[in-house]
Amino acid sequence: MTDLQNRSGDPGGDDAAEGLAVEPITQWDLFTARMRRHRLAMLSTVFLFVVVFISFVAAPLLKCDKGATECEFPRLWDYTDGLRDDGGRLLVNIAPRGPLPFGSDEIGRDVLSRVIHGGQASLTVGLVTGLLVASLGTVVGALAGYYPGIIDQASMRFTDLILGLPLLPVAIVVGRLLPELTFLPGWMRAGPWGIAFLLGFLLWGSLARIVRAEFLSLREKEFVEAARAAGASDRRIIFRHILPNAMSPIIVQTTLIIGAAIIIEAALSFLGFGVRPPTPTWGGMAASGARVAARGFWWELVFSASALVTTVLAVNFIGDGLRDALDPTQTIERK
Amino acid sequence: MAVQPLLSIKDLRTYFTTEEGVVRAVDGVSFDIAPGERRGVVGESGSGKSVTAMSIMRLIEPPAGEIVTGTIEFQGENLLALREDDMQEIRGAKIAMIFQDPMTSLNPVYTIGDHLMETIMLHQHVNKHDARKIAADALGDVQIPEPMTVLDDYPHQFSGGMRQRVMIAMGLSCNPDLLIADEPTTALDVTTQAQIMDLMLKLAADRGTAVMLITHDLGVVAGFCDTVQVMYAGGIVESGKAQNLFSDPQHPYTWGLLGSMTRLDESHTERLHSVRGAPPSLINPPRGCRFNPRCDFAKDICRETYPALRDSGNDGQLAACHFATELDLKLLTIGEASRS
Repeated sequence: MTDLQNRSGDPGGDDAAEGLAVEPITQWDLFTARMRRHRLAMLSTVFLFVVVFISFVAAPLLKCDKGATECEFPRLWDYTDGLRDDGGRLLVNIAPRGPLPFGSDEIGRDVLSRVIHGGQASLTVGLVTGLLVASLGTVVGALAGYYPGIIDQASMRFTDLILGLPLLPVAIVVGRLLPELTFLPGWMRAGPWGIAFLLGFLLWGSLARIVRAEFLSLREKEFVEAARAAGASDRRIIFRHILPNAMSPIIVQTTLIIGAAIIIEAALSFLGFGVRPPTPTWGGMAASGARVAARGFWWELVFSASALVTTVLAVNFIGDGLRDALDPTQTIERK
Repeated sequence: MAVQPLLSIKDLRTYFTTEEGVVRAVDGVSFDIAPGERRGVVGESGSGKSVTAMSIMRLIEPPAGEIVTGTIEFQGENLLALREDDMQEIRGAKIAMIFQDPMTSLNPVYTIGDHLMETIMLHQHVNKHDARKIAADALGDVQIPEPMTVLDDYPHQFSGGMRQRVMIAMGLSCNPDLLIADEPTTALDVTTQAQIMDLMLKLAADRGTAVMLITHDLGVVAGFCDTVQVMYAGGIVESGKAQNLFSDPQHPYTWGLLGSMTRLDESHTERLHSVRGAPPSLINPPRGCRFNPRCDFAKDICRETYPALRDSGNDGQLAACHFATELDLKLLTIGEASRS
């Protein structure tokens, strides 16, 4: 009976039978309850959903007459009439106002619609890099941590090699060459995908080390021994028994990597080696915005940089919330 | 033993390679376990009890440890010659193991049901629905109330005693022929220990499962086991029927162990007897009998020649001592010998 009372948080009400019938709390309930407590993470999740929705769903719906010379670039709405001078020339560097809430850039493009489209590049790079890093880093780290000896040594020395590469110089060189690498398919050479793959292959090292460390400690746990004693295969032990226990560092590190990848892509685009113009990216816009900011035209720089910073912050807050919420040993009472 | 043994181990040697040298954790162990037998394995820490068990399960992992020689025949089949995936069929299904610490032997991310159903589905080839039923029955067998609800609980919601019950349910869920229990009650409090032991051995007896019980606790062995083997420094120093061995130990180490037990029926005015000295290094074990530096009766031959296990003429009792038959180590003399 004492064991029994230990089982649930039920304070042992007057009706014992009723106390036993308490609905069991599932892991998912605990997860959502903990996640809901994390206000900033919840807010960030909502924010990121809005950003993803606007960038990928709403942006293509934005008004844009691709063919017309005066509207070569995506625009939120048609403001052609109000934005030409008497001679019919396009007005550039317009400060934010009614129909142009974010103003226009040095060649007259609407900054708001470019910020919205720029999200596509940043988020694509972030998510694709994150996925690549999560899968590569987990597989390499898991194999290295589970199989000591030659597999461990070989894969960790390879990881050292990758980690030893100077990130920005390599990214700049490859980013610069990317459009000219004719053996790559077209979608890899232009736009965010090539950059995403490049960053994915450069950034998985830290995760592999973390996963290996987790596996090294988890593989010695008694429940792994118990699973083996129950007849589980290596594959089963790696994927069903150890990996779920290593999930929370993997998720946290992956979200950090997503944030970092977005920043690095922005840096590359800022330097001109990332996604090429005229495709809008937050980094590229910050670069062109910075050129005119000194003359007082602050808006392109400020709005693109704010979009970048808030998105990366949101990603990191979500990672933070997930880390707390995914820990199965934590109780709901979290202050 | 006339019956065909369930498990027959011959000259098992399991060594571990460390920076200091080769640790001979198990060094030439041979014994049989008959079907349905309850075998107690006692000895101090580092005497090779657990390594023997791990060797039977083939859970010794190669770079660190290795089974150097020997055969482990289980139902007439040498386990050491099996391929890894054939061995997986045996683990959990025919030989099950219960570990020392129930607090860490359950995976925190899975429910009790997941644990039980994993073993059942791996070995019994039933669907999820049936596996759940079998799992609930197994929990009922170990006297866990409301098994259907408990299946969806997580290990951290359980106390130590409950978890060890779950481990026992897991161990017995596939009706193994041999259950290896590696100090199953060490991590539990004293009142729970007896309950768990009773439960485990009753369930094993119902199923005709042989039990190999590894423990420090001579009292547990005296109460629950048919036969005992005493291990010291990687070898068996004495084995036999539990009753005979306790009333008439033939090896000075067994005698010393028995003498160092606290007994309720004795006065406690004197210091508790202990076997003098420390366990020997397993890298450079002493020459001759490994117990000779600590033995009160050691003679020259003990420092030269390793004594083989020999029949001491007491209903199959074996002792690895040159003077097994000469020494008279009746239990009664222990207190006196240690006091003098």
